[in-house]
Amino acid sequence: MNINATLIGQSIAFFIFIYMVKQYVWPPLIAAMEERQKRIESGLLAAERGLSEQAEAEQRANELISQSKDQAAEIIANAAKQASTMVEEAKDVAIQTANKVKAQATAELEQDKVRVRHELQEQVSTLVMRGVNAVLAKEVDVNTHKDMLSKLSQTL
Amino acid sequence: MSVETITSSEYIKHHLQNLTYGQIDGHWGFAHTAEQAANMGFWAINVDSMFWSLVTGLVFYFVFRFAGKKATTGTPSGFQNFIEMVIEFIDFSVRDSFKHKNKLVAPMALTIFAWIFLMNAMDLIAVDWLPQLAALSVETLGGDPHAAFFKVVPSTDPNITFGMAISIFILIIYYSIKHKGLGGFFAEILFHPFGKWGLPANLLLEGVALISKPISLALRLFGNMYAGEIIFILIAIMYGVGIGFGVFGGLLQIGWALFHILIITLQAFIFMTLTIVYMDMAHDNEH
Repeated sequence: MNINATLIGQSIAFFIFIYMVKQYVWPPLIAAMEERQKRIESGLLAAERGLSEQAEAEQRANELISQSKDQAAEIIANAAKQASTMVEEAKDVAIQTANKVKAQATAELEQDKVRVRHELQEQVSTLVMRGVNAVLAKEVDVNTHKDMLSKLSQTL
Repeated sequence: MSVETITSSEYIKHHLQNLTYGQIDGHWGFAHTAEQAANMGFWAINVDSMFWSLVTGLVFYFVFRFAGKKATTGTPSGFQNFIEMVIEFIDFSVRDSFKHKNKLVAPMALTIFAWIFLMNAMDLIAVDWLPQLAALSVETLGGDPHAAFFKVVPSTDPNITFGMAISIFILIIYYSIKHKGLGGFFAEILFHPFGKWGLPANLLLEGVALISKPISLALRLFGNMYAGEIIFILIAIMYGVGIGFGVFGGLLQIGWALFHILIITLQAFIFMTLTIVYMDMAHDNEH
């Protein structure tokens, strides 16, 4: 255990090692570690951003879905309303048409009635005239009773 | 060869003697005894300490250099993960205690922590393996195995711990003068904390505070590792006593080794943290 030149040797070795470590060991290692740290940091940031984006997209999708649901309900309601109005309208039209047809038919019927009555009247009057003529031929002078007869035929 | 034929005291002494290369009676060579090593004076070198110090340092450097070359920004593999864990730990420690800008401090902290950890970790290799291997090699090469001293834990050599602590002391003074100016540096020692009329007391207090930094750094590490090493050596002596003691010693060794893992890491961490704190103080321009 003597103090000797080993002391100097160790000092020199110590300085050389410090210099070499400072020059060739420390910088590449610390640089690689810092670089990786940055990459991990940005990766984590990106992941976080992705997550928030996903949440946002989900929210947007949900909004869209609920919006579409509302729209669909509206459309259905509108359609139902429209259908019921159409049915109502159709009913009205049908009733009107039926009424028209009925009125027409009634009018025609009335016309026919008048016409038939007329014809019947004529036929009856003819028949009466014929009968009257036949009766009168024997007892009434045509000429004398001409006025009366024509009056009669007119009333018939 | 060796262990059975020598006494416990010889065994311990043998284990605590460095393999020293220097001048013996005017010619260069390895010391064969502790006295010879002591007589070599300052211009001698502890070859074993220096060798293992450099080996562990190079292992540290190349492992981390390899990781640095292969570093990718993608998913790190297990090995890279481990290295990055160490780097992150050091970086965190430095950011925590060092509030100034200096690109040297973090690499220095890494070097100190990893290197001291590896040097201390040599303690976990069973105390006789590498010395016996060395003795065997020396014997095969025709040398004297009893002179084949071989200490494998560099941090149990005060030369190593003081070498590092004094280097750090030089850096402390360098950065103090750089950031406070020569005047500022001496003003801090001479006029603080009692003002200029308390100059002798200031010099005493601040001088002791300054000098105690490297001394406490070096002695703390050395003392802890030296004590741990001695306990391993004492446990190892039990193997020679008998089978009962051997088994007991084995259990003790496992227990102490497990506990020692904590110590070697803790000592490396303390050395690193104190260095960071001292460097921070050297950069402080508050006074």
